[in-house]
Amino acid sequence: MDHESTDTSGIDVRYVANLARLHLTDAEIDTFQGQLSQIVDYVQTINQLDLTGIAPTSHAHPLENVFRADEVKPSLDRAEVMRNAPQSRDGQFIVPKIVE
Amino acid sequence: MTPDLTSLTVHGALALLESKACTAVDLVDALVAAIAARDPELGAYVSLDADGARREAEAADKARAAGTGGRLCGIPVAVKDVLNVRGQPCTCASRILQGYVAPYDATAIARLRAAGAVMLGRTNMDEFAMGGSTENSALKRTRNPRHPDYVPGGSSGGSAAAVAGGVALCALGTDTGGSIRQPAAFCGCVGLKPSYGRVSRYGLTAFASSLDQVGPMTRTVRDAALLQEVLGGVDPMDSTSVAAPVPAYTERLTTDLRGMTLGVPREYVVDGLDAGVERAVRAAIERCRELGARVIEVSLPHTRYAIATYYVIATAEASANLARFDGVRYGQRCADAADPLDLYERTRAAGFGPEVKRRIILGTYVLSSGYYDAYYLSAQKVRTLIRRDFEQAFAQCDALVTPCTPTPAYRFGEKTDDPLQMYLGDIFTVTANLAGICGLSVPCGVAGGLPVGLQILGPAFKEEQILRVGHAYELARGEGWLG
Repeated sequence: MDHESTDTSGIDVRYVANLARLHLTDAEIDTFQGQLSQIVDYVQTINQLDLTGIAPTSHAHPLENVFRADEVKPSLDRAEVMRNAPQSRDGQFIVPKIVE
Repeated sequence: MTPDLTSLTVHGALALLESKACTAVDLVDALVAAIAARDPELGAYVSLDADGARREAEAADKARAAGTGGRLCGIPVAVKDVLNVRGQPCTCASRILQGYVAPYDATAIARLRAAGAVMLGRTNMDEFAMGGSTENSALKRTRNPRHPDYVPGGSSGGSAAAVAGGVALCALGTDTGGSIRQPAAFCGCVGLKPSYGRVSRYGLTAFASSLDQVGPMTRTVRDAALLQEVLGGVDPMDSTSVAAPVPAYTERLTTDLRGMTLGVPREYVVDGLDAGVERAVRAAIERCRELGARVIEVSLPHTRYAIATYYVIATAEASANLARFDGVRYGQRCADAADPLDLYERTRAAGFGPEVKRRIILGTYVLSSGYYDAYYLSAQKVRTLIRRDFEQAFAQCDALVTPCTPTPAYRFGEKTDDPLQMYLGDIFTVTANLAGICGLSVPCGVAGGLPVGLQILGPAFKEEQILRVGHAYELARGEGWLG
């Protein structure tokens, strides 16, 4: 088992929701705090296993270096793509100002 | 007299088309009429472009007459609302994608089109494929065709309900933790989850990139075999797709199982396994024995860690995949955002349903600093152990036979207050996604009047083995299984 010290005081829904860029109401935080604490307790059970020396699996069939030749190929139709934009001008997406 | 076209299998429809007893337009017309009559109650479809489908059918009829039609020429296919079909909406049953129109075809769709299939409407699902009952759809309710007060399963509940409910001949579903197999079991149709990497994920809205697969939902195993021949294959647009040759599955089907060994994992008899489900599955296994299969007991010792492992890995991957829904390039955007952070936070708050939010938060948590090792990294290690369990089991047998679900379908609302209870229903299906192997669900009887699915699991890239078991069993079972 890993010996990195981890805070086991449980999930802080408000903090994590902020990381996930999700605004939650107080009522949602309340409900989710209870539900997610229960789920986190449940998933903890994987740490009952002795995982020493076991390599992690990120993909079932590990493929490496799936490359193609660096050739320009047709992509999506720009006009069609821009039709989905909530706000756009001159082929660019309009967003609130990012840099002050 | 023409038979009821809406009750045909794909092979049955192809025979009628070939003998000119009906046209592709006839098939579309019959299904569109059936949808108008039955779907207001059933709720399988979320959108249907009847005129577009008719035009595609006309083109298919012309191609067939000219001798240029493909293997599915004129066959209507219903599509789960998670796959991009150019010019059609793709909502993933979420408010956040209202208004989005796909600018391209998913590869799975392109392959069906190249074979001459006709796109017939889009089916309901749990939002972003997160759920096991289709109750998480932000759009509408889908009912189990066998009983209107019961769920159709999920997340491909609309596709399953359409096929079993007489409003589609076949459909596409997707499976990340059981979302093809479980609704197939609940509704009483066939569902195939191909091996990971078998079918391109290009154009499939991603939930968990190392677990997702597209697959066919049909009325017979032979139909699933045919659709899988068309769907499978490496794709340069999906670097996780594998260049394994796609066998002619329909030619590998047999009427008996002589020479095959089937494994029954002892850990798949759990507390909470419905007695009716157990009875139906044991009877099915006995039938396989009568067909000549040798049946042995095997062990998959890490089964009880599978749900925990799955919900760490799947939610972690989902939290990354759903970050793209931010109101910037497509979908809904909240009004009057003060700054980009406000834009993201309020767009996502308004656009996502509660289950999606729960999973994004859980996934973010297990990846976050200080928790990554204890959760995500540990889960990836357990995933290795689960894969090894299957490798060891498949060294002793050609396929595993198990219940698909611990219970048959349940009533609406029964599990919506307890997410963890909902998750535990996935116990028999998530392991296949974690290990990347293939799985098939075939109806094998009823429990309390509701369908029961026999799950057949096979080694990665050996779909022919599970299709063989499923087909032989289905023939022996016959048509009276619904009781």
